[in-house]
Amino acid sequence: MPFKRYVEIGRIALVNYGKDYGKLVVIVDVIDQNRALVDAPDMVRGQMNFKRLTLTDIKIDINRVPKKKTLVAALEAADVKNKWESSSWGRKLIVQKKRASLNDFDRFKIMLAKIKKAGVVRQELAKLKKETTA
Amino acid sequence: MSYKFHQFQVVGRALPTETDEKPKIYRMKLWATNEVRAKSKFWYFLRKLKKVKKSNGQMLAINEIFEKNPTTIKNYGIWLRYQSRTGYHNMYKEYRDTTLNGGVEQMYTEMASRHRVRHHCIQVIKTATIPAKLCKRESTKQFHNSKIKFPLVFKKVRPPTRKLKTTYKASRPNLFV
Repeated sequence: MPFKRYVEIGRIALVNYGKDYGKLVVIVDVIDQNRALVDAPDMVRGQMNFKRLTLTDIKIDINRVPKKKTLVAALEAADVKNKWESSSWGRKLIVQKKRASLNDFDRFKIMLAKIKKAGVVRQELAKLKKETTA
Repeated sequence: MSYKFHQFQVVGRALPTETDEKPKIYRMKLWATNEVRAKSKFWYFLRKLKKVKKSNGQMLAINEIFEKNPTTIKNYGIWLRYQSRTGYHNMYKEYRDTTLNGGVEQMYTEMASRHRVRHHCIQVIKTATIPAKLCKRESTKQFHNSKIKFPLVFKKVRPPTRKLKTTYKASRPNLFV
């Protein structure tokens, strides 16, 4: 029951609504109970409501309101991008994006791959069934 | 972020007459939703201070004042005079925001909700950026913590665009963080 993800300076959050949907931002300072000052390497530092943010497990080590250069350096040092893309949440989002951007030929290729995979699985299952009955 | 209230600098003076060749120029900084309202407010306040009206005065300049550092958080103290159902009162309120326009907008909405005072019954006397040491209200002082840390206790699940909003959902939402 206790909380694991806190709003704190250096917490990485995912934007889940609005213009910057899908971006990873760093909470750089807290304005008041509902808003935080957030920053990311490719956006101007601005305020965001907590309702638009979903906190992640990643936290980096920065002081309150760092300079943009210090922030980018801290993000590199903590290797946030790789940690995110190797986490199960990050991987799921990448897969979702890939699926949404497929063209018809890709979907055809996926259909063939699925059929092939199902065929192999069924062969193994038939083998196991024979062993248990025999 | 678009704000409803903009800050204007309005400069005006009485029209020159034979007795007064060079009348004094007055400048005011005030909040209004647009320039026209700002000019009207200017004459309203100037009438209360000097013997001059819009008909015998001239507007010299009106400029909008924009926030110099919209990326830093500041504590704003706002002194205001408002009209309640029983009389006029003065108030001092504090707000934490990135821009002065945002703080003033917070003030107007808070006065409307807490005291049922509409925005035309409020006069902003003075605003100032207050350093953290001199803040008076606990609700702003509680955020003056360089190691601030708190959990988000209630997670409202929202569709990422208004288009995906549906009236009925298949299952109850999970609100835990």
